Amino acid sequence: MMGTVTRQRIAAALALAVLAGAAVTFPLVFSSPATTNYGVYALIFVTAVSAWNVFSGFSGYISLGQAVFFGSGAYAVGIAARDWHVSGVAVFGLLPLGAAVGAAIAVPFGLVALRVRRHTFIVITIAVFFIFQLMAYNLSSFTGGSVGVSAPFLPWTATTFNERFYYIALACAVVMIVIAAGVRRSRFGLQLRAIRDDEDRARGLGVHAMRVKLAAFALSAAVTGLVGGVWFLYLTQVQPPSGFDPLFDLSVVLMAFFGGVGTISGPVLGALIIEPAQLYLTATYTNGYISEIMLGALFLAVVLFMPRGIIPTAGEWITRLRTRGRPAVPAAAAAAAPQSAGKAAAGDTA
Amino acid sequence: MLRTEGVRKSYGGVRALDECTIEVGEGTVAGLIGPNGSGKTTLFNVITGYAKAEAGNVYLAGTKITNIAPDKVFTLGIGRTFQLTRIFPTLTVMENMLVASRHARAADRKRAMAQLEFVGIAGHHAALAGTLSYGQRKLLELAYVLVADPAVMLLDEPAGGVNPSLVNYIADRIRELHAAGKTFLIVEHNMEFVMGLCDRITVLDSGTVVAAGPPDIVRTDRRVLDAYLGEDVEDST
Ligand SMILES: Nc1ncnc2c1ncn2[C@@H]1O[C@H](COP(=O)(O)OP(=O)(O)OP(=O)(O)O)[C@@H](O)[C@H]1O
Ligand SMILES: [Mg+2]
Repeated sequence: MMGTVTRQRIAAALALAVLAGAAVTFPLVFSSPATTNYGVYALIFVTAVSAWNVFSGFSGYISLGQAVFFGSGAYAVGIAARDWHVSGVAVFGLLPLGAAVGAAIAVPFGLVALRVRRHTFIVITIAVFFIFQLMAYNLSSFTGGSVGVSAPFLPWTATTFNERFYYIALACAVVMIVIAAGVRRSRFGLQLRAIRDDEDRARGLGVHAMRVKLAAFALSAAVTGLVGGVWFLYLTQVQPPSGFDPLFDLSVVLMAFFGGVGTISGPVLGALIIEPAQLYLTATYTNGYISEIMLGALFLAVVLFMPRGIIPTAGEWITRLRTRGRPAVPAAAAAAAPQSAGKAAAGDTA
Repeated sequence: MLRTEGVRKSYGGVRALDECTIEVGEGTVAGLIGPNGSGKTTLFNVITGYAKAEAGNVYLAGTKITNIAPDKVFTLGIGRTFQLTRIFPTLTVMENMLVASRHARAADRKRAMAQLEFVGIAGHHAALAGTLSYGQRKLLELAYVLVADPAVMLLDEPAGGVNPSLVNYIADRIRELHAAGKTFLIVEHNMEFVMGLCDRITVLDSGTVVAAGPPDIVRTDRRVLDAYLGEDVEDST
């Protein structure tokens, strides 16, 4: 038994090393800007989806308003660069501002929205999203209205430009994955998952639910704001419909569900598969609706057939394959089978 | 140790609690009995912050804790179980044990493991709690409240719906903890269980205390028999 565990660990470490190697060498092997562009977007989404997962995946409060933080991060970096006349590479120094603005919005947002039940929470996040998009249009002296904001010029060739942004996005993604794994293992992560299972019960065990949810929401918002800033500098501009894009919200949630909500690798895998596919479809079918319709169809398929995502479902299949001929469930789970389900159910109301 | 004074709570037109005053002495095992719908669970809810009292007060060791939030109540030293057992189904049994933990992980894990051994489900520590049987869930809920070591433990029907051997097992565990000086308030319909375990019993009827005292006195109290009229007092479960 010990042998299997060690072997699994080694296999996991090897897989991780191969992945890391592939991630680092990708722009060196495929240096064409058209290809690295896929990499940059995929990694931005890896970060955004993992950030979403740390709050929504762990706590069970589904946010459909992550674009609020993404767009605000983008605008914060853009407006600061514009108004403080920051130029050249120094704009990267403004990225922490994107994170700070994300978190600063999340606190009052969360204080209001996290008081309500989960279903209502989803609706509120959508409403706040539209408020932000409207503000971006209407506070034009600040946001540039429908013209938006442009980023300072970076004196790089197309190839270098993409390559550097690739590594910046990769750094964001790696840091976010490490954060997510850290949270998952921590007491904070355990409390979030306890909240997901039964918030009221968790409170009765001393979990300060509001504080825990708010901290996770702000953490998730900070990272999303930061990566929104990266996205803005990469795209060199932001307008209300691109910064505050409802498709962004849907994509993030879809990628998480596709990969596996609440896991560490699920959101990563979901982003790595879906974002490039979406970019490819948009580029191939210039009629933008095709990719959106396919996105919607995929969402339906995932929710209907793989509601827990690829990672948990695949994990189950692998376990089933491996344990063929042996007891199908771990000993502990098998021993835990109810002695008498009928009696238990009757006892419930006794 | 724990005291309620004139607590009132209504749901719509129903007075679930009316002038409800009870007292739990430190280190005692207090029983709270009464017919279905007499307000026992509601009193637990008021004490632990899950329901708001409309009048009256709750005191813990002399401090007023009326209508404070459940997480605060727990931090102040009152832990509870629920009549309809509530565990965290997608967390492992061990993770369930650690939800309430405050300190370094390694030490907490050790204590949690010892507690699981105490209630007899240590073998399942790595299983998802959702895979446990009904009785095992009861034990798990008891265990994760116990491991947090609250000053007072409120148990809502710990023997409800579990098989007789497990009932005795749970009673023995509580007896051991009682011997170690822990304070309990227990709601239970199983009279044998209550009478055998409790130092003092309070009887609720329609949200009001109709009798209180040592088991032997309560057992023969006219008002208690009246409250249970139509129910077989000796072996109702
Ligand atoms: N959340 C609620 N909403 C409406 N009515 C409630 C609620 N909780 C309790 N009640 C009512 O208050 C009264 C007392 O209920 P409670 O659950 O406290 O009784 P109990 O003594 O625990 O009964 P049992 O032995 O059946 O568990 C009942 O009439 C019940 O219908
Ligand atoms: Mg009850």
